[in-house]
Amino acid sequence: MSEIIKQPLLEVKDLKQHFSINMGAFKTKPLKAVDGVSFSINKGETLGLVGESGCGKTTVGRTILHLYKPTAGEIWYNGKKIETKQDIMEFRKKATMVFQDPYSSLNPRMTVADIIGEPLDVHKLYTSKQERQERILELMGHVGLNSEHAARYAHEFSGGQRQRIGIARALAVNPDFIVCDEPVSALDVSIQAQVINMFDELQDKLGLTYLFIAHDLLVVRHISDRIAVMYLGKMVELADAATIYDRPLHPYSKSLLSAVPVPDPKIARANQRIMLEGDIPSPLNAPSGCPFRTRCPYATEQCAAEMPEFKEVEKGHFVACHHVAEVN
Amino acid sequence: MPLLEVKDLHTSFFTDAGEVKAVNGVSFNLDHGKVLGIVGESGSGKSVTAYSIMQILAGTGKIVSGSIKVDGQELVGAGEKVMKTIRGNKISIIFQDPMTSLNPTYTIGHQLMEAIVLHTDRNKKQAYDRAVEMLRLVNINEPEKRMDQYPFEFSGGMRQRIMIAMALACEPDILIADEPTTALDVTIQAQILELMQSLQKELGMAIIMITHDLGVVAQMCDEVIVMYAGSICEQGTADEIFYNPCHEYTKGLMRSIPTADTAGSKLQPITGTPIDLLNMPKGCPFAPRCDAAMKICLTQRCERMEINEEHAAACWMNVKKALDAGELALKEVATSE
Repeated sequence: MSEIIKQPLLEVKDLKQHFSINMGAFKTKPLKAVDGVSFSINKGETLGLVGESGCGKTTVGRTILHLYKPTAGEIWYNGKKIETKQDIMEFRKKATMVFQDPYSSLNPRMTVADIIGEPLDVHKLYTSKQERQERILELMGHVGLNSEHAARYAHEFSGGQRQRIGIARALAVNPDFIVCDEPVSALDVSIQAQVINMFDELQDKLGLTYLFIAHDLLVVRHISDRIAVMYLGKMVELADAATIYDRPLHPYSKSLLSAVPVPDPKIARANQRIMLEGDIPSPLNAPSGCPFRTRCPYATEQCAAEMPEFKEVEKGHFVACHHVAEVN
Repeated sequence: MPLLEVKDLHTSFFTDAGEVKAVNGVSFNLDHGKVLGIVGESGSGKSVTAYSIMQILAGTGKIVSGSIKVDGQELVGAGEKVMKTIRGNKISIIFQDPMTSLNPTYTIGHQLMEAIVLHTDRNKKQAYDRAVEMLRLVNINEPEKRMDQYPFEFSGGMRQRIMIAMALACEPDILIADEPTTALDVTIQAQILELMQSLQKELGMAIIMITHDLGVVAQMCDEVIVMYAGSICEQGTADEIFYNPCHEYTKGLMRSIPTADTAGSKLQPITGTPIDLLNMPKGCPFAPRCDAAMKICLTQRCERMEINEEHAAACWMNVKKALDAGELALKEVATSE
């Protein structure tokens, strides 16, 4: 992993993303997909963002890139707040995204060269056709594709190769920051490792900063410097990757980590899993106070009354829980 | 006599592009009360093996040869009439996606009772009671109320519980679980796996667990089969497979999983891309991606060889290892071929 400079590249302050859901008869209800999330990512760092489906992790990634207009909150990039349309266009030359599904995120009617070249066209990043072509071939080289692949269509490639095309497209504008939204979860184990290594190598070579969104906790631990855990639109814990795994403090993080099946029979048989009762509540009917209280074995009246503050309990370790002391 | 005996099973799909040998000579036994894991990547033939046992292959798929025996009864070529007495009663299956495997237009109760009435001689009233009992068994609260609800009113984890309830309603001897938790979140996956484990102990059935997740295998299985390109490359007890892998593909798989120790270092992936089943190589199917491949691997397929009583693999590296260790003389190899 490359050198991390202790200076935030991206700062997210109290970000909220509420979607309005049509309930029929002119009634709408807010779906609070992301509800007050704050964090920062340092230059050259990988921040892992984990949580179960519906927790808002993908929405955080998309809202940062202004694919959705944030309902509230601020996004600062390199010390500058992103506000106007012009800011957004400039920001998107520096920040790009790799999507989860390598099948639906590539246009089947475009050749690989055109897919990778499209961001160059949009942002007018070349002066001649030849320069465009050279840049495309250079990008393909970065991700281990060769020039023969340029004229082919996406359907001619396997899942792993398609994800490489998606990564080359994300690299086209020469970004500093990439949101990786579940980039390996659609891939087989043996291919997954190839792509993870490529993310590592590209980070070293190009000095990239990643927001790595995934639900596979083994993958996230491998690639991340710090990890944030989300539950129902809120961030519940944030710490160094090793700390989160060795000493999770939030009851949700504890049960989430204990639920991960360990690929080692002796450990797996002896493993004491902390079982959670029930399912994640619908974000349309999120519980009052702490979102986790309905499944939390330590929940009290205080948890129903007020949302615990997301505070630093030890250096660099943030938790949102009223009962951190008792739980641990 | 083993509960399930699969011998030299060959299943192919006859497509416009040619014959796809999805399962290419698979043999294994399953005893009462055991949990067998089948692992492999997409296209390795693990699901097709299960579908062949149930004989629920898609249109172009066909069992070409081989034998599948349940309690000594031959299923290959037995016909649909016999299979109807096997499915549900002897062998049940649950699928990966609990949304698409339930009918959205009928209530849960209707679908549960349908299975029970069809496979047992219970009447409607008894079937209703049995369905409620099954829902209670898989920890669904207020089962009487839930019986009248439709699949969309349930979460993914609950739908998978209902699938399990349906599969177990007629007390099968074998439950085939085809990636039962792949579509679920980890905390829900943990609930479902624990439910399956406790039901397995309670009811004493055998489970075939099909998955690509080695973590799930480690937690659930007594025995493991590793498949690649339609063939078994290695099989044995879970401990043998995890702690003493003897096939280069299995070793590669184990190396490529991220663990606590790999953080901050490079993973060791298996190189290359998955195999094209329409253009199978002549020798070992894994040879084109294998770092240890020798000349013989490219031309000749290695037969299944016993490592010990609990473990067998089909990899020439084991022969080489035995030769290097002086446990085998070259002459022996030459004559045995």
